[in-house]
Amino acid sequence: MNDSWKLYLHYLGISIRAQMQYRASFVMMTIGFFFTTVIEFLGIWAMFARFGSLQGWSLAEIALFYSVINMAFALTEMFARGLDTFPNLVKSGDFDRLLLRPRSTLLQVLGSEVSLMRLGRILQALPIMLWGAHTVGVVWSPGKALLLIGATAGGTCLFVGLFLLQASMSFWTIESLEIANILTHGGTQTAQYPLDIYRPWFRIFFTFVVPLACANILPLNVILQRPGATPLLGALSPCLGLLFLGVAMLAWGQGVRRYCSTGS
Amino acid sequence: MKGYLALIGARFRVLLQYRAAAAAGIGTQLFFGLIRVMIFQAFYRSSAHPQPMSYVDIVTYIWLGQAMLGLLPWNLDSDVQNMLRSGNVSYELVRPLDLYWHWYCRAFAMRVAPTLLRSVPVIALAMLFLGMQTPPSLASGLGWLLTTCGAVVLNCAFMMLVTVSLFWTLTGEGIQRAVLPLVYVFSGMLLPLAFWPAWMQPLLHFLPFRGMMDLPFRVYLGQVAPLQAVPEFGIQLLWTAAFIVAGRTLLARGTRRLVAQGG
Repeated sequence: MNDSWKLYLHYLGISIRAQMQYRASFVMMTIGFFFTTVIEFLGIWAMFARFGSLQGWSLAEIALFYSVINMAFALTEMFARGLDTFPNLVKSGDFDRLLLRPRSTLLQVLGSEVSLMRLGRILQALPIMLWGAHTVGVVWSPGKALLLIGATAGGTCLFVGLFLLQASMSFWTIESLEIANILTHGGTQTAQYPLDIYRPWFRIFFTFVVPLACANILPLNVILQRPGATPLLGALSPCLGLLFLGVAMLAWGQGVRRYCSTGS
Repeated sequence: MKGYLALIGARFRVLLQYRAAAAAGIGTQLFFGLIRVMIFQAFYRSSAHPQPMSYVDIVTYIWLGQAMLGLLPWNLDSDVQNMLRSGNVSYELVRPLDLYWHWYCRAFAMRVAPTLLRSVPVIALAMLFLGMQTPPSLASGLGWLLTTCGAVVLNCAFMMLVTVSLFWTLTGEGIQRAVLPLVYVFSGMLLPLAFWPAWMQPLLHFLPFRGMMDLPFRVYLGQVAPLQAVPEFGIQLLWTAAFIVAGRTLLARGTRRLVAQGG
């Protein structure tokens, strides 16, 4: 176990050094990621300027929803980028090489690329989070701070799980399937707002099937002290993300077991 | 001229092969449209303030946007990118075609072919089940077609300008990242332009980007009178001409200083 972590850190070092070879491009891309998401928030701001409020939610409250989910997604893209390009590995048959090495396949795939420029997106979400929390006037306690971190971590686990499911699918289909983007990118888009503004069937789907609620309304209701918040459920909700990741890892294991090399 | 038409035809046949990708794309487009519709619905439910557009119009606007997304100039032709990186661009220079128009035709096919494939089912489904409306009059519909044509030539001319910049930067990733937000915001993709604050409106109205998407949609909705569509089409063409002149001038410079990469 210890040894695996050492190996992963080694992979991490290699990946970062590789990206630093193209420093100008790295800086530009990081700034690019920063702005593409800033603009998204400007759009939300313009809507609030027109409408005033959104079913009882204020812009500052939405800022918290927005920053938690964007941070979770950026962290996922940063650390699980290898899963995104994984279908190519199956298609070319290069996955064989990973199977030959005496280490977990998942570790090797995750270690294959760590995309540092996603920092741009994280750097952008952080000030929005702080601004939102300050404006709402959140009364901080260690528990709430922990819950906020937990919500981000739960969201990250959920997205890693989705990436993992998407990658596992390629064991069966060989081709990569764009359709899974609906859940990853679409999920980010959805959870920038509290789930309770959506239609019931949609809300149910993103609570019980793909539990986005674990980085959305369940913990944030507690942090914002909304009426009807359930502290216990809120505190436990990040575990839903972890649970989802666990299921995805089982699917991955099944996929590896039935993997049949394309042989080219 | 015949050469260029043949080129467009060939590219169309290549691009229309990707039917599974189109099916997946339609699913994605519908899903994202649905999210946007629900968000707007929630906003409309929570405020009685008069808005620049009615909810019904917004729904139509969103579905038009999902259908026509492919026309927006948001990505480069990866073949051209690779040609410049690998040095194969020298073959392009040998061809007895004008390089600018050759690539313009490629850009045209790249924007139009996938959009044709995707927009028809998206519009049909949106009209049947998802609340999209037809234009208020035949004249508005015709005006929409006219300004959509204007948008296509404008988008291709704009994209060509970005493509030509590759002669200097080669990778193009940076420039793509920079251009994308501009198009995203100022064309009306992020938010119908009417929803931005009043002080931004003169700027939005002046910039060429509104001709890429917002203008045709407003003509469709009847918010721009059908007769007004003709001078608006003229403005689209003026911007197109400006982008073409700039693109050709830069391309002439670029080819003169071109160092073919690789060997």
